[in-house]
Amino acid sequence: MVRVAEPVIEVEELARTFHTRRGLFRRPGKEIEAVKGVSFAVERGELFGLLGPNGAGKTTTIKMLITLLLPTGGRARVLGHDVVKDARDVRGKVGYVFGGDRGLYERLSGLDNLRYFAELYGVPPRESKQRVGELLELVGLVGREKERVEGYSRGMRQRLHIARGLLHRPQVLFLDEPSIGIDPVGARELRVTVKNLVESGTTVLLTTHYMFEADELCDRIAVIAQGRIVAQGTPDDLKQQVTTGTVVEIEVFGLPDGVLEKVRAEPDVQSVAVDVQGQAQLLTVHAQPGADVTQAVMAHLEGSRFGRVITRQPTLEDAYIELVNAA
Amino acid sequence: MRLLRLVAVAWWLQLKMRSRSAFDGLLSLLWPGFFATTIFMMFRQGDASGPALLSAAVGSSAMGIWSAVSTTAAFALQMERRQGTLELLVLAPQPFALLLVPLTLSMATIGAYSMVATLLWGRIAFGIDISIADPAAFVLAVIVTVFAIGMLGMLIAISSIRYRTAWALGSAIEMPVWLICGFLVAINDLPAWVRPLSAVLAPTWGVAAMRAAATGHSPWANLGWCLLTAASYGVIAVLVSRWMVHSARANATLALS
Repeated sequence: MVRVAEPVIEVEELARTFHTRRGLFRRPGKEIEAVKGVSFAVERGELFGLLGPNGAGKTTTIKMLITLLLPTGGRARVLGHDVVKDARDVRGKVGYVFGGDRGLYERLSGLDNLRYFAELYGVPPRESKQRVGELLELVGLVGREKERVEGYSRGMRQRLHIARGLLHRPQVLFLDEPSIGIDPVGARELRVTVKNLVESGTTVLLTTHYMFEADELCDRIAVIAQGRIVAQGTPDDLKQQVTTGTVVEIEVFGLPDGVLEKVRAEPDVQSVAVDVQGQAQLLTVHAQPGADVTQAVMAHLEGSRFGRVITRQPTLEDAYIELVNAA
Repeated sequence: MRLLRLVAVAWWLQLKMRSRSAFDGLLSLLWPGFFATTIFMMFRQGDASGPALLSAAVGSSAMGIWSAVSTTAAFALQMERRQGTLELLVLAPQPFALLLVPLTLSMATIGAYSMVATLLWGRIAFGIDISIADPAAFVLAVIVTVFAIGMLGMLIAISSIRYRTAWALGSAIEMPVWLICGFLVAINDLPAWVRPLSAVLAPTWGVAAMRAAATGHSPWANLGWCLLTAASYGVIAVLVSRWMVHSARANATLALS
């Protein structure tokens, strides 16, 4: 795929502060800085991921970019249009899809929902029917389109959301946690759809909690925590920023008392975590860069019954957790 | 042409959505029916007959349209907010006020069902002679009144974009409008200071036109004023909605959280 380095989303020191008030007469105010001056740029045809924990400012950032919220600082341009001054120009060229059950008319059929939004988003009448048909096919809702949305599963709703977001052929698509609550098969289909969109030239800004999704899909990622971008780059760049070396995962059945402390005391061990998985415990040991701690850890587990032992390189999730915790 | 198509398709789909619940449909017939019954009985006790009862029937039927719009118009945007579609409406590259026209017109259309039911109820249960002197003009007056009430409903709805609890406004003004617009009593019987208020409310002229058509008088002047006031609501709505949407974006009130 040939890309031209032309930013379609330019964000400079973008900030948003929310003011809340309580009480009726003497109303004490509270300020919440949701986004504290973030800057990034997304090129045409790129799939850019915005990762961060709940409340990090991902959705607020997206809502400023699609003109649903006014920034309280900084500036942003989408396809060359200022999101404050040229809101209407931005709206005609971007699509917005969010995750969850909301955002659809429950009492209407899937087909009627698409017909309604096609009118609202200015799809030419002659194209409307064909476009709706194409999108129903794309998201796999052909045959179910005449049923009311209130009877749809979450996955079907999410697919209908995507069809809605694509009705007017947006040049830039904002996907805000689109795979939340979808089963693995649905999530995989969604990833294929997103990949196809990017291949056809659509620029996508995606927020997600699922690291494998970001790792598989995103060309570049920005990690946002507490309203600030703490790291930015390709998934591989981010993995290299992790200060740990290899990760050893050992499935143990009945972890003896005191072993954790002994493993933690090993000189080349950086951190240790235990996750209970049914009858087994998964011991995850992060080693110092360049060190191999497998033998040392196994020595402490002598006499214990254990299952699989995996030694792997740090994943995007490891990088993400480290970056967010350090923020 | 494009805008007309948008309004027509959106009106039809909104109407479809609102007509899907049999429970809601029943209420929209029963509720105005109770008010109409009360009014017919009061007029009967006051020995009203002939044109006075017909006038009461027309007035109480208009109450049905207004009640359907006033109580639901303001709440409609709160519903859109709850189901997460308000943000999608704002995101549409159309003037926001235009998107509210089909929404409130669909409510007024449902109100028109209750109008027919009220007139039939008056005829069947109270024996009111529903002889309309100029049926064509009467139907036109009903259509214009439905449109005008829809436009007034749009003005009420707009405040809900910015203020999440503004839906209460619709219920608050439902009954005062019955009085101020002369649905029940003649406007001349109201205090003088109320009359300018009556004059700027489109339903006043709409109901007057319906009564004129029903009793064989010319409805055209009243219809003209009704259309003029309704059109002015449209202009006000466009201006106010721009400010309201801007303020909602600044104050983050388009979503629930």
